[in-house]
Amino acid sequence: MPMADRPVFLERRSYRLRRMMDAVRFLPFLGLALWMVPLLWPLPAAEVAKNGIPMSTALRYLFCVWLMLVISGWLLWRKTRVQHPSEPANAQDTVE
Amino acid sequence: MTVGINQLVFVCLAYVVFLFVIAFLAERAAMQGRFAAVLRSPLVYTLSLSIYCTAWTFYGAVGYAARSGLEYVTIYLGPSLVMIGWWWILRRLVSIGRNQRATSIADLISSRYGKSNTLAIVVTLMAVIGVTPYIALQLQSVVLSLATFAALEGEGHGFNPTQAAFWVATGLALFTVLFGTRNLNVNERHHGIVIAIAAEAVVKLVALLAVGAFVVWGLAGGLSETLARIDASKIGAWEVQSSRWVALTVLSAAAFLCLPRMFQVMVVENDDERYLQIASWAFPTYLMLMSLFVVPIAVVGLDLLPEGSNPDLFVLNLPLSQNQNGLATLSFLGGFSSATSMVIVATLALSTMVSNHIVMPVWLTLRQGGATQSGDVRGVVIRARRLSILLIIALGFLYYRASGGSGALAAIGTISFGGVAQFLPALLGGIFWRGATRNGALCGLGLGFAIWLFTMLLPSFGVDASLSRETFEHGLFGLNWLRPQALFGIEGLDPTVHAVVWSLSLNLMMFTLVSLLTFPDPIERLQGAQFVNVLDHSGPSRFWTASVAGSEDLMIMSQRILGASEAQRFFRKQAKAQGVPGHLPEPTPDFIEALERELAASVGAATAHAMVAQIVGSSAVSVQDLLAVADESAQMLEYSSQLEQKSQELSETAAQLRMANEKLTQLSLQKDGFLSQISHELRTPMTSIRSFSEILRDTSSLTEADKTRYASIIHSETLRLTRLLDDLLDLSVLENGQVSLYLGQDGLHNVIARAVTTVVSGGEGRLKVHVVPNEKDVVLNTDLDRLVQVFINLISNSQKYCMTDVPELTISPKLTDTGLTVDFVDNGQGIAPDEQAVIFEKFYRIGGSQGDGAGLGLAICQEIMERLGGGISYLKGHNGGAFRVFLPGTALAFDTTYREARTPARSDVSRS
Amino acid sequence: MSKHVVLVEDEVNIAEAIRFLLSNEGWRVETLANGISAVEVIRNVSPDLVMLDVMLPGKSGFEILHDLRSDPAFAALPVLMLTARGQSRDREMAEKAGVSRFMTKPFSNAEMLDAVRDLTS
Repeated sequence: MPMADRPVFLERRSYRLRRMMDAVRFLPFLGLALWMVPLLWPLPAAEVAKNGIPMSTALRYLFCVWLMLVISGWLLWRKTRVQHPSEPANAQDTVE
Repeated sequence: MTVGINQLVFVCLAYVVFLFVIAFLAERAAMQGRFAAVLRSPLVYTLSLSIYCTAWTFYGAVGYAARSGLEYVTIYLGPSLVMIGWWWILRRLVSIGRNQRATSIADLISSRYGKSNTLAIVVTLMAVIGVTPYIALQLQSVVLSLATFAALEGEGHGFNPTQAAFWVATGLALFTVLFGTRNLNVNERHHGIVIAIAAEAVVKLVALLAVGAFVVWGLAGGLSETLARIDASKIGAWEVQSSRWVALTVLSAAAFLCLPRMFQVMVVENDDERYLQIASWAFPTYLMLMSLFVVPIAVVGLDLLPEGSNPDLFVLNLPLSQNQNGLATLSFLGGFSSATSMVIVATLALSTMVSNHIVMPVWLTLRQGGATQSGDVRGVVIRARRLSILLIIALGFLYYRASGGSGALAAIGTISFGGVAQFLPALLGGIFWRGATRNGALCGLGLGFAIWLFTMLLPSFGVDASLSRETFEHGLFGLNWLRPQALFGIEGLDPTVHAVVWSLSLNLMMFTLVSLLTFPDPIERLQGAQFVNVLDHSGPSRFWTASVAGSEDLMIMSQRILGASEAQRFFRKQAKAQGVPGHLPEPTPDFIEALERELAASVGAATAHAMVAQIVGSSAVSVQDLLAVADESAQMLEYSSQLEQKSQELSETAAQLRMANEKLTQLSLQKDGFLSQISHELRTPMTSIRSFSEILRDTSSLTEADKTRYASIIHSETLRLTRLLDDLLDLSVLENGQVSLYLGQDGLHNVIARAVTTVVSGGEGRLKVHVVPNEKDVVLNTDLDRLVQVFINLISNSQKYCMTDVPELTISPKLTDTGLTVDFVDNGQGIAPDEQAVIFEKFYRIGGSQGDGAGLGLAICQEIMERLGGGISYLKGHNGGAFRVFLPGTALAFDTTYREARTPARSDVSRS
Repeated sequence: MSKHVVLVEDEVNIAEAIRFLLSNEGWRVETLANGISAVEVIRNVSPDLVMLDVMLPGKSGFEILHDLRSDPAFAALPVLMLTARGQSRDREMAEKAGVSRFMTKPFSNAEMLDAVRDLTS
């Protein structure tokens, strides 16, 4: 589609909204990446000298990521839910 | 004091009654349209998603943690990621599910791949096979927990696990039948069930949190103490295999998308697509809370409870061991809720699939040829649904009985996940890739499912149970690369990882490969376009409010069809007419109608209507798709019309050939009959001739009188033969059209007189012939000799066959507008109606009678009259024999001089 | 004792020839000109031989033969069939219906008499 069909400059609020939607799309990948971090942790069997990562640390890490994701999700929902109807077609936005 | 099993059963029943009541109230409220805000709130939607957390996660997660540390959490990570990533997959899935009015995952997949029922049946069967163990697992968990309480009472409590399982199954079936098949609305929403499972979701969360809080603050002595205790326990270090961590996360994410019950609550029961975004953070929160205390409970359970106690029941046994009976009962109810809600929704989802895709098609097939399908189909559907519910719960119960309630809870759950996860390639491929085909889906599903059976389900029964030790060690059919836990000779993988990796990757590969190689049919392509482009013209904005019919979308579409400047001019004009500033008018009905007309000028009315309806209504096909479909259908139409034309030509040719063949056959038959007749006609006189000539030759003692008599017989038979040959020759000449007409002119009366004279003078008949005179004689211009031949034939026929005492024949000529008719009517008995049609056939003799003629006379007359341009017919409605000879106007000459030169012959010729 | 033959033949001249020939041989000849009453007559007369034309007014020779053969009393009665239609199909039909001898017209007198002798010896 030719560029002329859509405005080059959006007003500030719309621009912000679009970036919020980008964040919504990005969030699961962040979660995936963070939750796959434990793959890098040493296993106790592999390195006998260090005793590996203690369970409490692992628990804290996983649940912190979880909490962060949930809160981010909630915040993004708060930011994007009201104004959405006024936002122009977002699917095409990704083509930018 | 301990909780008695009877008290527990009482509590249990009370809880069930409570569930029935709220389900009933919800149904009633929904019917009356009240409390919609509560019934269909995002909260309820989120809570209903919690049927993901079954008894497996309620009891089993703790057991899982006690056995393998943090690995259990993967079961929650997968779904959390899917929910947080709602924008990518779930948004599409829900949109498609609602647009397509999908009733189940089988329905959705089959609908995507050209509404193929084969595919629906395959998915249904796979789902039933995959989920039945899971249902059995729930029954087992309830029975186990009941047994735990029963065990406290010591021996003699009379607790029978099988009986308990049976009653639980019966109760669940009853509930599902009651609230799952109450009504049969199009969108398959079940308010009662959703509310009940939402309530159960609360109960199980509260129960688990209560037990967790009790364990952390009541038993372990606070958060930091608990953490210290955890680190000191035997699961105190991170020791999860990387491959399992990834594989289980992927598996649980896949299962979350593919489980029939998840599809039921997530897509089918979804009321508002906006709830999905709320659930995207609310449901991970729920999952987080559900898993928060799992490790503490496991660790404290390992510490406090005696060695060898079942870690799957720590949630129950910990409070019991501390004599916290109220908490234990709550915990029991939590587990009970998890189990029952899962069974109810899973059964509901499966029964929808079974009844829609298996029972109903079978029923409809069986009904073919029976009574017409009336309005009772609804009743049949409900009955089929109920039957399916009972069937599925019965299957679960039987599986429970058969498996003997063995195996760790988590293991069965993983296996079940592995089975339904096989839907994933077909599902995702279907909603993201237009090239995915039905055959691809079928092949992928089949292969993935077969691998799952072979590497996951069958081995789970143990060595030598369903697969022999031989197979485990040396592969299927002795093929080394077909070992269930080391496919293609790759050893050393964890069995679960092994199964998940192989089944899903080969499934995906097969699906992709076959899709690339096969060609989808038009419905498949159309559905593919609808699925893949479900959001293209709505976009996120319309995702939230479908009612905002985008003028902008209309604009984009119009530009594509009308051209940019033309479209903009039209829109501006319309906006001005509406008094709206800018270039986008409000999408009022008037505007849309005008736009549709404008578009119709370019693409035709039907297409324009469909396109506008696409955008104004909220169905979802992109303009390109529509155009593509239109092109395609035009091509198909053209092609099919060509085909039709060709086949019509072909069938015409065939018909002509058939007709020619019939004609030939008929001709051949006629020829055969004719030859046979001639043979008969020739042989008969020849027989007499031969016989009598032999008698004359061989018999010496004949009298002179006999000799004379026999010679005269020979003579007359010879004459008969000659006559026959003459007639045949005559007929053949006439029929072949080789006859030359010798035109001459004479008055009609003269012609008639010639004929009458010939007959009457030649024969010995007593026939009286009257000729009714015309006022003016008619002068004929035709082959007079032939005409006389016809008249002679008719008169002599009368003479031969008119058997009255005073035979009379009246000949009456009459001029008509078209020519001349001459009627020959006698006073005999005439010709029977059934014979009238055949008297002109060759060799036909009236009444099979004997005569010296060969039965060719009338046939010859007919041929002659046709040559003369006229005809001869039998006149109905006369008492006697009546023939009409017709001569056309061209055979008449109105030469007055000629006419006056001759005096009309007015004569009654008679001879006695 | 003279033997008895029923001749069903609609051609007067042929019937006369056959009657002459058989009478000379000492046969008593009963002649019928149509097929309608043939079976009844044969039943009453109980002849030693039946001679049948195929094309007869009223009832064809085949039908008469069929009726005769379905009566056990006449199952073995010699029937000589005469036809002027020289078609092999007629011969097949006659043989199916149980004819004793089938002759095509015109026949020589000697041939015919041989056949009669053959059938009744």
